[in-house]
Amino acid sequence: MPDTQQLEDLVTQSRRDILRMVHKVNSGHPGGSLGCAEFFVTLYNEIMERNDEFSMDGNNEDIFFLSNGHISPIFYSVLARTGYFPLEELNSFRLINSRLQGHPTTHEGLPGIRISSGSLGQGLSVAIGAAQTKKLNNDNHLVYSLHGDGELQEGQNWEAIMYAAGNGIDNIIATVDLNGQQIDGATEDVLPMGNIKEKFEAFGWIVLEIEKGNDIEAVLKGMAEAKKRTGQGKPVCVLLKTVMGHGVDFMMHTHTWHGIAPNDEQLAIGLAQNPETLGDY
Amino acid sequence: MKTYTNTGNKDTRSGFGAGLTELGKTNENVVALCADLTGSLKMGDFKANHPERFFQVGVSEANMIGIAAGMTIGGKIPFTGTFANFSTGRVYDQIRQSVAYSNKNVKICASHAGLTLGEDGATHQILEDIGLMKMLPGMTVINTCDYNQTKAATITIAEYEGPVYLRFGRPKVANFTPEDQNFDIGKGLKLTDGTDVTIVATGHLVWEALEAAKVLLEKGISAEVINIHTIKPLDDKAILDSVSKTGCIVTAEEHNYLGGLGESVARILVQNNPTPQEFVATNDTFGESGTPAQLMEKYGLNSESIVKASENVIKRK
Repeated sequence: MPDTQQLEDLVTQSRRDILRMVHKVNSGHPGGSLGCAEFFVTLYNEIMERNDEFSMDGNNEDIFFLSNGHISPIFYSVLARTGYFPLEELNSFRLINSRLQGHPTTHEGLPGIRISSGSLGQGLSVAIGAAQTKKLNNDNHLVYSLHGDGELQEGQNWEAIMYAAGNGIDNIIATVDLNGQQIDGATEDVLPMGNIKEKFEAFGWIVLEIEKGNDIEAVLKGMAEAKKRTGQGKPVCVLLKTVMGHGVDFMMHTHTWHGIAPNDEQLAIGLAQNPETLGDY
Repeated sequence: MKTYTNTGNKDTRSGFGAGLTELGKTNENVVALCADLTGSLKMGDFKANHPERFFQVGVSEANMIGIAAGMTIGGKIPFTGTFANFSTGRVYDQIRQSVAYSNKNVKICASHAGLTLGEDGATHQILEDIGLMKMLPGMTVINTCDYNQTKAATITIAEYEGPVYLRFGRPKVANFTPEDQNFDIGKGLKLTDGTDVTIVATGHLVWEALEAAKVLLEKGISAEVINIHTIKPLDDKAILDSVSKTGCIVTAEEHNYLGGLGESVARILVQNNPTPQEFVATNDTFGESGTPAQLMEKYGLNSESIVKASENVIKRK
């Protein structure tokens, strides 16, 4: 079993990174980033089999695509803290001439990024394509992807969901961040999506639920189970139930902090609730 | 004046299909995706010969573009096939973000471009696709003129690293370029030498330009016809060299004059050598149902229009 305390420390430190990054430039998306901290830390440190050196092709390793690109702060924090680029570079988030663009992109050559995302609903198709190439290359590694729940309102997802099942793409694990919030409010109020689990199942996917998406052990267990379910002729979906803004009390259980940065005072409160563990960048 | 022989009418889409068949044999990284138009795109041979490398996506073009972008990761060279309308306007943001901005090695192959799609009418006759695609940073835009050139272009773009939009059409048209030709991306081809007017044409209008040049010669006008198969990057030098001799230019394309080849040519001219120019193109309009020949006549996209435009532009020198 991995040392969950180490992972907890990484999560706490990543929360600090997220808050400091968005505070510095007074822009960015802390809410979803905070909610997905446990997922990213677990994925990159325990779940995925990754090569040391980044290559765009990602042959003979597991690869990951972030479809809801606006939660770039957690992506950048975890990429930096797993060695893809220097930690100090987090200082350049959303600044001019930076590789850490507001939404992730390959355009500036940031290691760890394989596709541009931000305009929603495109990442699942891309992940499916990469999974098909792995099959053609006889590469038995997996493709992981993350999607927002509000993002499922984009129709392209359902084209991709239909295609993946129809073609037996069973080397993909697509995780949906079910935090129930989007920019304009609760997903239930903005556009009720019904039972997402039943929808995926009706399309022919294996669906697993992680009820406690902000609990490291639950994420570890759930993702390990998801891995076991690959290779069975069906794509695998993980419904990850998280709390937007998790770890910063005043940011939790609301859509308010989807895309708003904390002010100085709010930053201080948020950092106090997440004491430094591995050292700030 | 150099003359060209039509070796028999053939459709450019079959040139694409033949090129893809060839690539299937020579390049194992080439994969093909189609959105329920395998027959129309002439992708049947590739599908039959390499079923493991052919991906039927169904009627979901956005998904097809995304899958193609993803397939490049790991080294495949995806060729997507559907009509030009569904290859561009319908999936513009998917191309913009997942292909162009991400600089993925996807070849977007688009048939039934322009009015010559014919009877299906304006819903399917895109006249804006060149503009849409040339505006995307990093996108190469190619519009081939006949079967042989389309086949050669299809084979060549597999060797080129980066996103490409390859535009071709439905009807059987004159096949007059060499059977075994090298296709140089971005290199204009001077088809006739002339001194009075430059005619720069792309796609189906290249043959019409050659027909126009014959008529003009009978009227004592010497036309220099250039086949611009690559709209982006444009062969600035070929155009500027020619107008420095002729002093005027006609551009001809099966596309709206807004956003098309003509505008790209005009930009080069105003920056380097302001020159009178006439546009043979559609005039900010949608198409309609009809036979290809009827439509090309009604919308002024044939050799007669090129002759008229040439006479007009010469007067403006």
